[in-house]
Amino acid sequence: MTTSTSPARARILAAIRQHAVPQAELPNLAGDWITFPDPVAKFSEVLTFVGGKPLVATDRAELEAQIRDLAVMQSPEGAALPKVICTVEGLPFGNVDFAKVLDPHHLEDIEVAILPGEFAVAENGAVWVTDRVVPHRAIYFIAQHVVLVVRRADLLDNLHQAYDRLCGSEHAFDQPGYGLFVSGPSKTADIEQSLVIGAHGPRSMTVLLLDA
Amino acid sequence: MTTTLPILSHPQAASAFAQDDARAHWHDEALWFIRVKRDRQARSLPEWETLRDRASAIKTHTIANLADYLEQFEREATRHGAVVHWAANAAEHNEIVLSILRKHSVKTVAKSKSMLTEECHLNPFLERNGVDVVDTDLGEWIVQLREETPSHIVLPAIHIKKEEVGELFHDKLGTEKGATDPKYLAEAARKRLRQIFLACQAGITGVNFAIAETGGIVICTNEGNADLGVSLPPVHIASVGIEKLIPRAADLGVFLRLLARSATGQPITSYSSHFHGPTRPGHELHIILVDNGRSDILGREDFRRSLHCIRCGACMNTCPVYRRSGGHSYSATVPGPIGSILNPARDPKGYSSLPYACSLCGSCSDVCPVKINIHEQLLTWRHELVAHGHIKFLKKLSMKAVSFVFRRPALYGFAGKMARFALRITPRFLVYGPWNPWGKQRDLPVAPKRSFRDEFQQRSHSKSPAKRSAP
Repeated sequence: MTTSTSPARARILAAIRQHAVPQAELPNLAGDWITFPDPVAKFSEVLTFVGGKPLVATDRAELEAQIRDLAVMQSPEGAALPKVICTVEGLPFGNVDFAKVLDPHHLEDIEVAILPGEFAVAENGAVWVTDRVVPHRAIYFIAQHVVLVVRRADLLDNLHQAYDRLCGSEHAFDQPGYGLFVSGPSKTADIEQSLVIGAHGPRSMTVLLLDA
Repeated sequence: MTTTLPILSHPQAASAFAQDDARAHWHDEALWFIRVKRDRQARSLPEWETLRDRASAIKTHTIANLADYLEQFEREATRHGAVVHWAANAAEHNEIVLSILRKHSVKTVAKSKSMLTEECHLNPFLERNGVDVVDTDLGEWIVQLREETPSHIVLPAIHIKKEEVGELFHDKLGTEKGATDPKYLAEAARKRLRQIFLACQAGITGVNFAIAETGGIVICTNEGNADLGVSLPPVHIASVGIEKLIPRAADLGVFLRLLARSATGQPITSYSSHFHGPTRPGHELHIILVDNGRSDILGREDFRRSLHCIRCGACMNTCPVYRRSGGHSYSATVPGPIGSILNPARDPKGYSSLPYACSLCGSCSDVCPVKINIHEQLLTWRHELVAHGHIKFLKKLSMKAVSFVFRRPALYGFAGKMARFALRITPRFLVYGPWNPWGKQRDLPVAPKRSFRDEFQQRSHSKSPAKRSAP
């Protein structure tokens, strides 16, 4: 479908251009933006505030142990093991082969998704994830519980640093794709402003900062 | 199905809401609670005012170059594989949506919150044409099931009590009768809506920001409903008001820091999704750029800045009139202070009462993250409406009379004396008749024996006994 010849397009652009609007400069984005003496502490505080669960691991062994111990990884007595997808390299978890899931609708019964986060932001407890490391972006929303693993070295102070990183020499948005800041689990306050965790998406969101 | 509200004058439409004093009070407190949360977040950032300045400057620049940025956006979005459509008005928008849905034989579509599709009355249009639309934001789904419209742009069901949600869900979803626990009710909604997400053949979303530089769109939710609705089916339709453009991806650093903090007092929404192109090859992303009156506002210097609005709702949460009269009293998709600017721009006659639903306290302008001079624009609207004869004769006459008296100090003094005397002796039914809209649901203050001027004069001549005995 060609849109460049659409009559509405010409009408809208002409309707805008007929008005002489005074020019104004586009401001630069440099600034004395907030930083934190202890970004890990700040990140943990904010993530807890938004309903997420922060954990810190000092090596791979501790990381493994902490994930294994998560309540969501346990199976109730007599019940089958929870279905787990794991795309973090080197972790011995995951009993569903994500690469073999052809239709994202089949992810509906995934209990836990353990996925890598590219970087995290201390000021708002957010983790940047993309569809480059997963076959279906739906996994971030359809799994009952999400666990993200981020390297401690990839923890930034504020959102400006985050976009500097994304829009650097290798611009993250140069190619088609999908990226997302996740800050806590799916939640709603639409019934009398009462906070309910687990609206339609993940009922919990854990972030493991790997300090190694 | 969503109903279209007839346009009533604001005082008329607000009277039913204000009559239920307990409810109006509850509504007032619920919104004030959010305002307080917003303040806490704003104060946590020393650079808050700098951020507001930058946001405002970025928007001013964007609006001044809007046509160029729209063309750039179209180019970049197309490069990523999206299909860009243009709609000059609501009817064109709705036709485009329908034609895409028909092409894919869509029966059920999951729609996330979008005030633009509300503005275009998309739901009733699609339903008339045999498409089942499900609003998947919990608040919006509640109002859809009640066959109402949202009363707030961020909190669509803020006017509804949990008992009413319980009754509604008992009726529609078969939840236990009398249930009021928000957790239980939200869980029931989750079960039903997840079935919709899995069954729908297309998803419709609004857009928070459209990036000219990269052709990307950004959508913010807490529930994750927008993403669930568009990451499973093969078709995503995104409706964008043309004022949602921002020049650069990095500008999001400014806007995402402001949006959720201003809206609900969160540091950021749970999900801030950046879409560049469709889900995968074979899938489709359609982006509809909608004007629907926005280019007219752009041509009006006094009101141009209202196009800065990022729809956070902070002006509603802080507005003393909105909090006590409810969103439906504005008879419009966007209520509250910003709605009182945008709606008269579209229909000055129909919405002539909205710029008067305001005490000019200025709180809206103070909290606005993009620094729209909301209360000043509301005052300008009043001049405009009077100049164009959209104000009722009786209101004009009384304003003229007041202005005549205010300009004559002696007459003002005499009139005050008469009023104080008259208010003391006049029987109640004569003061609080239908001719006194101020007296609805509230009493006038008791008339003092002496005026402020009398009091002041006496104090400056002879020192008052109270003052002398003070330590």
